[in-house]
Amino acid sequence: MVFLNFFISGISLGSIYAIIALGYTMVYGIAKMLNFAHGDVIMVGAYVCFYAVARYNLNPFLGVLIAMIVCTFLGMIVERLAYKPLRQAPSLAVLITAIGMSYFLQNTALLLWSSNPKVFPSIIGRGAFKLFDGRLSVSHITALTIIACIVIMIILSLFISKTKMGKAMRACSEDKGAAQLMGINVNATISLTFAIGSGLAAIAGALLCSAYPTLMPTTGALPGIKAFTAAVFGGIGSIPGAFLGGLMLGVIEIFAKAYISSQLSDAVVFAVLIIVLLVKPAGLLGKLTQEKV
Amino acid sequence: MTVRRLINLKRVEARRIYLTYFVVILAYVICQTMSSTKILSSSMRGMLVPICAYMVMSVSLNLVVGISGELSLGHAGFMSVGAFSGVATAILMQNFIPFAPVRLAIAMIIAAVFAAIAGFLIGIPVLRLKGDYLAIVTLAFGEIIKSILNNFYLGVDSGGLQFSMLSDTTRLLQGGRLIIRGPMGISGIQKISTFPAGFILLMISLMIVFNLVSSRSGRAFMAIRDDRIAAESIGLDITRYKMTAFVMSAALAGAAGALFAMNYSTIVANKFDFNTSILILVFVVLGGQGNMLGGIIAAAVLTILPEKLRQFSDYRMLLYAIILIVMMLATNNAEIKEFLNKLNPFRKKEEAE
Repeated sequence: MVFLNFFISGISLGSIYAIIALGYTMVYGIAKMLNFAHGDVIMVGAYVCFYAVARYNLNPFLGVLIAMIVCTFLGMIVERLAYKPLRQAPSLAVLITAIGMSYFLQNTALLLWSSNPKVFPSIIGRGAFKLFDGRLSVSHITALTIIACIVIMIILSLFISKTKMGKAMRACSEDKGAAQLMGINVNATISLTFAIGSGLAAIAGALLCSAYPTLMPTTGALPGIKAFTAAVFGGIGSIPGAFLGGLMLGVIEIFAKAYISSQLSDAVVFAVLIIVLLVKPAGLLGKLTQEKV
Repeated sequence: MTVRRLINLKRVEARRIYLTYFVVILAYVICQTMSSTKILSSSMRGMLVPICAYMVMSVSLNLVVGISGELSLGHAGFMSVGAFSGVATAILMQNFIPFAPVRLAIAMIIAAVFAAIAGFLIGIPVLRLKGDYLAIVTLAFGEIIKSILNNFYLGVDSGGLQFSMLSDTTRLLQGGRLIIRGPMGISGIQKISTFPAGFILLMISLMIVFNLVSSRSGRAFMAIRDDRIAAESIGLDITRYKMTAFVMSAALAGAAGALFAMNYSTIVANKFDFNTSILILVFVVLGGQGNMLGGIIAAAVLTILPEKLRQFSDYRMLLYAIILIVMMLATNNAEIKEFLNKLNPFRKKEEAE
């Protein structure tokens, strides 16, 4: 039963990683860039949600919605100002710009909201479901996180495979030049990808801070790196891969904390990543591209 | 023959190499005079050694990122291996070698050896991967090194060295000393790093890197970077050459780490985190990949910049971020480049001539 408890909290943490990893993987799939500022968009989303709920006493779900709208626009503005001018630049230059953007968001947050940690109110209270005569307790937020992740996953998969915009996104990730020739607006598609990824980051921020209720300007950094790891773990560029990678990373992290050592849990997570990449060099579900001479 | 080839200033590479040495020596002489005549403020004088350490880091990472063309996001890990092994060595030798510069030199060599071993062990799995996957694995190793050092305890007593993981179970005898104290790091370090030592280390690393680059191995690195398949097809042993660059880079980073650590009285593993790795990568990219002088200047500018921005207090790091983004945009976007060229009055004259 203890095992099951750990497993469920692992799945819940993994769901948050998965939602964040979706943002990384979609942007990578289309723009072929590692958006290091993504972790900080989570933090901005969490702050917006915090102010909406704790200061203006709005309905928590309305708070999340507002956070999503703010983050969607933030993602699009960041893309327009910092990444779009570098579409033709070498990938390292874009990477450094993304890191600069990450510092920018963190320090803006520091100025606006100070470095004092804020206690985030859970978006659906702190209750728990008791199962098996109370031997297994699943908090509401854990359940909500898992459900949210599944719902997001289904909607996103449908969006990518069924709608016209989803098709445009797939076409862009395959071959930008050819997509443009077919009349797809590549810039708008990339912008849309950033918008979706950032909107999801806002949800992840609210869920993350409901489960671990300390909110600081640096809150997004470590989950950001972990989710990025999750995206690579599952095969970066692949949406089911991000989902699978996120869940596995969450479970491994919680198990490592519980059974090996809480101090070394990060090391265990990264060690597993290294082993997986050695066996499957493109991640679990990534496509290994054959090089042609 | 090779000497004549190297000194031949008509060769572009030779000119660049000598320009780099010249600028570094000139900067050293200027800084040394300014610091001995007290023109330099004390806060600036305190930054001379860290700047040297960051310059060496920049040169060493440039070998991997610029010359050999692999993105490494965990370079601070090697720096921390060097810092911890170097400082531990210096503390152990405190009673045997009273002369500080010799102790510092030996500590830096030991640090380089340990970091090179770490680089070799990490290189075995890392260099099988490519591109972004290689980058993420170096990031992972950087984090693993940080976690391990955060939980590592090393003590010394009359029975010899004792170490343990996770918690302090070294059970030192009377008179023993716990050197590395897990998350508390090492404290009570004698500050034996000096600016001349930093300068010498920088010159040595420049010599090593330039010699490596203009040798057979260096040409192999660049051939592999430019076209891996073509290089492989003419019989270059890719793994061996990549490993040479990686291990050499790790060793230099280790020596820089020891220099850096012995400038402070306390050092903790969290100082060498992902952000430090990124900072060093920023030096390299901003200075121009493969351009040692550019990387060195970027290291100096970006280390001094946050200090100089101190008058803006709270807005300091925000300005730093904006400057970073603007610099990347200005150096990489064609339209902005053109716009800047129009603004620059000197550039126009050159074109007119």
